[in-house]
Amino acid sequence: MSVAKKVLIVDDDPAIVMSVEFLLRKAGYEVFIALSGTEAILKIKEHEPELILLDIMMPDVNGYEVCDFVKQSEAYKHIKVIFISAKSKDEDIKLAYSKGADLFIIKPFSTRRLIEKITALNKEDYKTIN
Amino acid sequence: MNTLLVVIFSFGYLLLLFGVAYWAEKRSNQNSNTLKPYVYALSMAVYCTAWTFYGSIGRVADFGPDFLAIYIGPTIAAPLWFLIIRKMIRICKAQRITSIADFISARYGKNTSLGTLATIVCVLGVIPYISLQIKAIATTFAFLVNHPQHTSSSTNISLLSNIPFWITVLLAIFIIIFGTRKVDSTERHEGMVTAVAFESIVKLVAFLVGGIFVVFFLFNGFDDIFSRAAAIPALQKSFTFDSSYNYTDWLVMCILSMFAVLLLPRQFQVAVVENVDEKHLYKAIWLFPLYLLIINVFVLPIALAGQLLPISSNFEADFSILSLPFVYQHQEITLLVYLGGFSAATGMIIVETIALSTMLSNNFLIPLILKVTPFKKIFIHKVERSIKNIRRLSIILILLLAYAYFAEIAESYSLVSTGLISFAAVAQFAPAVIGGMFWSRANKNGALLGIISGFIIWFFTLIIPAIIGAGLLPKEILSEGLFGLGLLKPNQLFGLSAFTTLTHAFFWSMFINVLLYVLGSLYTKSTNQEEIQAELFINVSKYRVAYETSVNRTGQIKIKEIKSLMEQFLGQEKTKQLLTHFSRRYQLNLLQEDANADQRLITYAEKILSGVIGSASSRILIESIVKEEEISLNEVVEILKESQQFISLNKELQQKSEQLKKASDALELANMQMKEAEIIKDDFLYSITHELRTPLTSIRAFSEILYDNPELDTLQRQQFLATMIKEIERLSRLITQVLDLEKLESGKQSLHHQEIAIKKLVEDVLHALSQLIKDKNITLSTSFPEHIPIVHGDQDLLSRVVNNLVSNAIKYCSEKDGEIKVMVLENEGCIKINITDNGEGIPDKDKNYVFNKFYQTENQTKKAEGSGLGLAICKKIVELHQGEIGVVDAETSGACFYFTLPIEIIS
Repeated sequence: MSVAKKVLIVDDDPAIVMSVEFLLRKAGYEVFIALSGTEAILKIKEHEPELILLDIMMPDVNGYEVCDFVKQSEAYKHIKVIFISAKSKDEDIKLAYSKGADLFIIKPFSTRRLIEKITALNKEDYKTIN
Repeated sequence: MNTLLVVIFSFGYLLLLFGVAYWAEKRSNQNSNTLKPYVYALSMAVYCTAWTFYGSIGRVADFGPDFLAIYIGPTIAAPLWFLIIRKMIRICKAQRITSIADFISARYGKNTSLGTLATIVCVLGVIPYISLQIKAIATTFAFLVNHPQHTSSSTNISLLSNIPFWITVLLAIFIIIFGTRKVDSTERHEGMVTAVAFESIVKLVAFLVGGIFVVFFLFNGFDDIFSRAAAIPALQKSFTFDSSYNYTDWLVMCILSMFAVLLLPRQFQVAVVENVDEKHLYKAIWLFPLYLLIINVFVLPIALAGQLLPISSNFEADFSILSLPFVYQHQEITLLVYLGGFSAATGMIIVETIALSTMLSNNFLIPLILKVTPFKKIFIHKVERSIKNIRRLSIILILLLAYAYFAEIAESYSLVSTGLISFAAVAQFAPAVIGGMFWSRANKNGALLGIISGFIIWFFTLIIPAIIGAGLLPKEILSEGLFGLGLLKPNQLFGLSAFTTLTHAFFWSMFINVLLYVLGSLYTKSTNQEEIQAELFINVSKYRVAYETSVNRTGQIKIKEIKSLMEQFLGQEKTKQLLTHFSRRYQLNLLQEDANADQRLITYAEKILSGVIGSASSRILIESIVKEEEISLNEVVEILKESQQFISLNKELQQKSEQLKKASDALELANMQMKEAEIIKDDFLYSITHELRTPLTSIRAFSEILYDNPELDTLQRQQFLATMIKEIERLSRLITQVLDLEKLESGKQSLHHQEIAIKKLVEDVLHALSQLIKDKNITLSTSFPEHIPIVHGDQDLLSRVVNNLVSNAIKYCSEKDGEIKVMVLENEGCIKINITDNGEGIPDKDKNYVFNKFYQTENQTKKAEGSGLGLAICKKIVELHQGEIGVVDAETSGACFYFTLPIEIIS
């Protein structure tokens, strides 16, 4: 197994963060946590994760803005962004993909499927790189 | 002079007239208004006929300056037009009257016999006058083409009589073309009027040129002529009033001409019927007398010149203005003067014939046809063509009669005397017309008696002597009296011998006319219809608007019958246009054609039709299809008053409809607000599902983790389970609050009103929260006034408000040295409860929104444990208690939430 991949979890709900953190650590990822949009941007700069799990509705800087920051910067646009949100309207999902999201998962989600998808996304990544 | 030249000039001039009329008719659509008042005033100068042009000069030779009376009369009367003609114009517009006969008929209950009588008087009285114009044309024409020495002999005229005949025919064609273009005779003959105005200019210019030639070229100015004439005693009489002068005749002529300018069919036509705008009258009031003045300046000098210069003494005095330039070999001036006289004569013939033909067809022929059923059927079947043909027939008939009169009788009469006889004839209308406009008691019987008697006397005293003079009746009547009765001598009726023929006739005819008119009106009863018409005429200004809305009949007729009747007369297009206009004006639905026609519609139809066939004919026609019941004047006056009220009601309705518009605007706004509210509700639902999904997410995640990882150690398992429980609690709290809020907002929540001791309520809540406060090391202080008024309210709900606010304060107050102050105070009839924390406070921009559902302030860094509905519920509860809730900055840092409760709550 290669070096553990770095994943940043961004959500303002501590319970959700706690559960996802457990799942990802167990799947072998290196996990960082941000409880707000601003914190997320700080953590991205600090740790340069390969993957971000991103909530949308956050009080300060929302998920779309974080995604914009990532996808519009030369340094970070390779980072994969998975939105995990309770927002479920078509227009929300479209907006997310238009901003360069790689995946959109609606809350509540199945934990197994979440890990599967994250793994698949990473393998796909390997294929394209090699 | 060359015959061909004169013929070409005459016919060329008529063609020019055609051109002017045609041009004006084309142009009338463009509505240029600056010239119209002048055209109107000039068209009134149709008053000046060949009589003015030639006759006045001849009159000077025999009677001195009395020709002036004919112009002084109208000049004196002109200021009165403001009163009389303006009223006539208004009446005619309101009632669609088209002639003087129609006017009289309409005033006296739309009586057919009166209309017919007036028509007969006009035709008989005026035809000689027309024929005199033909005579003037014929004579001057003959004068120019013949050897001048023979002008006064009649043999030459008969030789050339075909020329005046053809001129008459040409005039008939002209009149038919421009006088019967439109069926509706209230529609104006703009082409004809302009042509007449043009003729007025031509005759004025020609006369002035002729006058200037005589005065300044044959003589050395006015001084020269008058001083030379003054030297001859016989001529001196011509321009001075000496003791032998007949002032009575002067007065009579003044009065006759005053009436004539109102009542002659052609004057009524141009002044009243052809009037487009009553403001034009104001211009005519000074312009017309000015015209009369100018055209008379040279009459006296020319007449004197004619007698001073021996060379012209061979000619008839009437034609001095023509003979002078002729004998002095000035061909151009002669021709111009001839054309002036020609235009004076043709102008009169054209307008008079149009006026008379309208009368003859509308008041005589059409009523006659309508009374004979088979004719009536044909008439109605092809009504538009019938009317045109009847009118054309009338024109031809009138001109033929005039020509016949000219050919047979006119020879023995001068221009002036025939004119005066016509004046005297139409003067018989004066009492009925003028009285009818101002005296409400005047009725049909009075008018009939007056006009008939006046007309008979006129005929007996003026026409019989003429007929006797022509040798058609025995001379004994003159000397012995009719049937040998001395009292019935035409010139000395009832033994009156002090006056001249004219004055004598005027005196007796007018005296008897007025007497019988007044007595007849006073001693006979008016019919309802007459009273209604009298009211409408006399108070025309009052009813002008209300006219159609006045109901003066009670009959029943279906809308489609009215419609088809109108269509027959006016065509489908015009009818549709008129009815649409009508229905819009009175907000009537005319589409239900089987319904009975509104009475206003019947009156309207009658009015419209009277413009086509005259009021009497129109009334007969309407009457024949509408079964009527009698209706009294009082009812009609009531109805008219109602119409007035209806008009003001209409205004009120308009205001109402404006208010309605406002209301509907408000409704639209409310609807929009409702739609917005719906959007808000959708958003609310969306927010709820979002809020529900968040705890569900962690619950599901943790349960799956626990399920999939049986190897987890107890501590971690405990932690996950505790979180799950907390999230489940959050979920159920949220659901409860959503339901609570829904209950409060929908008004399903009933308040359990009871007396509330605020102090106890607050202390109970604080007690319940004391453990939390202690855990966070918060300093709590409370303050209550000594005496707290009792308020009414729902104990449970109010406790929740206090609990929620204090809980928020606990949540948001400073982490280290938390401080909460709860203060109760009395303020402006309310109990006010303040809950102050020392946290970060609420930003100003959020203060208005924190009470909205699911609102989170931007710097709310930690996810609130609440549902986002707490403050919204508080607000609702306080509002249900008619209190206020709000948030302000605390004195130091932090937020101060407060709410009030009115001390007196009436449940």
